[in-house]
Amino acid sequence: MIAAAGRVFILLALLVSSAGAVAGFAAARRGSAAGWRLTRVLAYAFAASMAAANALMVWALLARDFSVSYVAHVGSRSVPDWVAVVSLWSSLEGSILFWGLVLGAYVTAATRANRARHPEYMPYAAAVWLACGAFFSFLLAGPAQPFLTVPHPPADGPGPNPLLQNHVLMVVHPPFLYLGYVGMTIPFGLASAALLRGRLGHDFIRPLRDWLLLPWIFLTVAIVLGGWWAYEVLGWGGYWAWDPVENASFLPWLTATAALHSALLTERKGVLKGWTVTLVLATFLLTILGTFMTRSGVFNSVHSFTQSAIGPTILVFLALSLVWSVGLLAARIDRLSAEGRLEGSASRDGMFLVNNLLFVLLTFTILIGTVFPLVVEATRGVQMSVGRPYFDRMAVPIGVALLLLMGVGPALPWGRATPDQLKRALLPPVVGALAAAAAAALLGVRAPWTLVALAFGGYTAQVTLRELWLPVARRRAQGAGLRQALVESPLRQGRRRTAAYVVHAGAVLVVVAIAVSSTMGTSKELQLREGETATLGAYTLTFLKAEQVREPHRESLVARIAVARGGRDLGILTPRMNHYESQREPVGTPAVRTSLFEDLYLSVMNIDASQGTVGLLAMVNPMVAWIWAAAAVMALGGLAALLPGRRGAAAPARVESRGPAPSRVAAEG
Amino acid sequence: MSRGRWFAVGALAAAGGAFVAITAGGIGQNLVYYWGPTELHAAGDRAVGASIRLGGLVAENSIVRAPGSSQVEFDVIDRPGGRVHVKCTGVPPQMFRERIGVVVEGTMSRAGHFEGRRLMVSHSNEYRAPDEGQAVDVEKTMRTTRGLDDGPSRPQP
Repeated sequence: MIAAAGRVFILLALLVSSAGAVAGFAAARRGSAAGWRLTRVLAYAFAASMAAANALMVWALLARDFSVSYVAHVGSRSVPDWVAVVSLWSSLEGSILFWGLVLGAYVTAATRANRARHPEYMPYAAAVWLACGAFFSFLLAGPAQPFLTVPHPPADGPGPNPLLQNHVLMVVHPPFLYLGYVGMTIPFGLASAALLRGRLGHDFIRPLRDWLLLPWIFLTVAIVLGGWWAYEVLGWGGYWAWDPVENASFLPWLTATAALHSALLTERKGVLKGWTVTLVLATFLLTILGTFMTRSGVFNSVHSFTQSAIGPTILVFLALSLVWSVGLLAARIDRLSAEGRLEGSASRDGMFLVNNLLFVLLTFTILIGTVFPLVVEATRGVQMSVGRPYFDRMAVPIGVALLLLMGVGPALPWGRATPDQLKRALLPPVVGALAAAAAAALLGVRAPWTLVALAFGGYTAQVTLRELWLPVARRRAQGAGLRQALVESPLRQGRRRTAAYVVHAGAVLVVVAIAVSSTMGTSKELQLREGETATLGAYTLTFLKAEQVREPHRESLVARIAVARGGRDLGILTPRMNHYESQREPVGTPAVRTSLFEDLYLSVMNIDASQGTVGLLAMVNPMVAWIWAAAAVMALGGLAALLPGRRGAAAPARVESRGPAPSRVAAEG
Repeated sequence: MSRGRWFAVGALAAAGGAFVAITAGGIGQNLVYYWGPTELHAAGDRAVGASIRLGGLVAENSIVRAPGSSQVEFDVIDRPGGRVHVKCTGVPPQMFRERIGVVVEGTMSRAGHFEGRRLMVSHSNEYRAPDEGQAVDVEKTMRTTRGLDDGPSRPQP
């Protein structure tokens, strides 16, 4: 019953999205307002069908209706309701269904927001979105059907992958990832529209940038949530392993970040239009590549779904998107001619170019390292992987360079600068760099790259803080009180500018925290008997006992470890080993005690209640929690840039930027 | 084209070339081979010192635990009949036992045994438990651990 209704909605979604794509292209070519209205109606109909199909699936999952094939595959009577809902995106077919829901929501929002604006571009953009919608509807109607009717429904199902029901973060990580991934379809459509139109006007850069920024925020949060989840669940004590699928989420983030920066230059100076559009198209292609890698079974990692016929289908879609993008670029890029010109290499303009160069280099490095094993296996049938050291060796220098650039760029004035101006702009933050490096050295940091990262972090932090303070200082100079200046200037005088520096501040923290946490930790493997005590750094760990805990959907062996530090009792940590009904293999859950500067991380490797023994991986990881916090700062900064401002909210920033550089230096000292 | 532009193109080409060279070198030095015992033996001296993920089945009656330490020794076998002796330091995972699929990260020693740094029990993402005792498909076993538990092998303090 539900299955049949679900199939109807999927077919309806396929129908209206295909019709909408055709209608959109036709409306764009003819410039027909009626055609554009029809396209919008079809777009909303697509979103509504997807929403209805998803609602049906959630209903079926909650009702444990095992006559629906997807529920029979991932549902279970023994799991709590929240796990049942989460199962929607825990396996292949459901994840595509959820993709459809998110795409529908994005298409609705982007269509509604621009229904009366940009009439020359929007029908094209909507047509491209709906073409993508048609593809995913097709997947759901063919290779990845979630709504098949099971003729003899089983009494119970296996439940979703235990690794996915082991932690609450699994409830939030995938939706954020989809909001990031799927959202890149919107800028892809907008950029395609600009190319199809052969024009990227100044008024159209803002929507392109905003619709790129929104999924960028989600993707940023998703990547960090993924790392956090790995840290809290997988039990090896780290948060990033250059897993091919982690890379798959990181690659579009890199190109999107590059695109956000080059779009700023496009908006301000009218240059790099073709380049910005290229980056946006590349971002979308990388999301589809990532989708292919997670859903084709070429990589079997914690992220991947089971193998199925869906892989080749997505590969075909990837190829079509690639042909589409390259074809469009080849045919039209020369029409997106620059209206202004770049000035000076030792200027902020120049640094934007370096930024783009570094981001693209990093993208290529990671892409090559990720895809290389696939190519080797496909061509020579040899299984291998590219080891972590490759990624570390390539990414660390580029990442550190980007960290410095985040300070040098904003410190420099726009346009040309005299050598004297350069000196006055670039030298003061060296104080911050030296202070940070000295403090780090005093605290015992010896790893060279970490010292460099901290010094650059100090440099960039000083520049960023000054840039955040500058409008406040200026407002005060105009006679405002401190409180008034603090509230008014960031909000009124260029909120996007303030927001950008908040994002930068978060990024500095993330990079520094990664540098410190990855080089300054200690770890030990311990094999303990009940009552036995071991030490790790300043911590004393006493294994009290192993106990068995029963829950409806799982059984756990819990190690109770008393923790003390410097004689002070810090309570009991309970890392555990969970046995899920559906799976023979146990899944460990580490225990993490977070304090301001470091985490104590305990992970059970083996545990025997009858013998009273436990094998532990014990670690002290400094600054890891700062990564999560700093990512929140980045996301909030991004959101602040997106909030609909007063008309012309960007204008003051432009006025400010045209102000001669010396005034900035004057304001500072 | 002006001289400046030629210079820019030349610089870009040089940078591109350097990038390709560095990348290729970086990949070449950091390959991790996914081998079963048979392939490991076939590789001969190439295996000594290389980064290897050895996959296979823990042979029956081959596990020897050193009392009072976490060192464990065992044999890994594969379907074509290859067998290699493994010495592994580090606490073995919960599921570790005879006739189970494992992947050992480490390298081949000159002495002819495999020096393991990390020991992983193959972890199925699917809902079926792997059939115990059956001859394992090394390739499949590898897949089950690729990406998973892919932690850095941290130096022991």
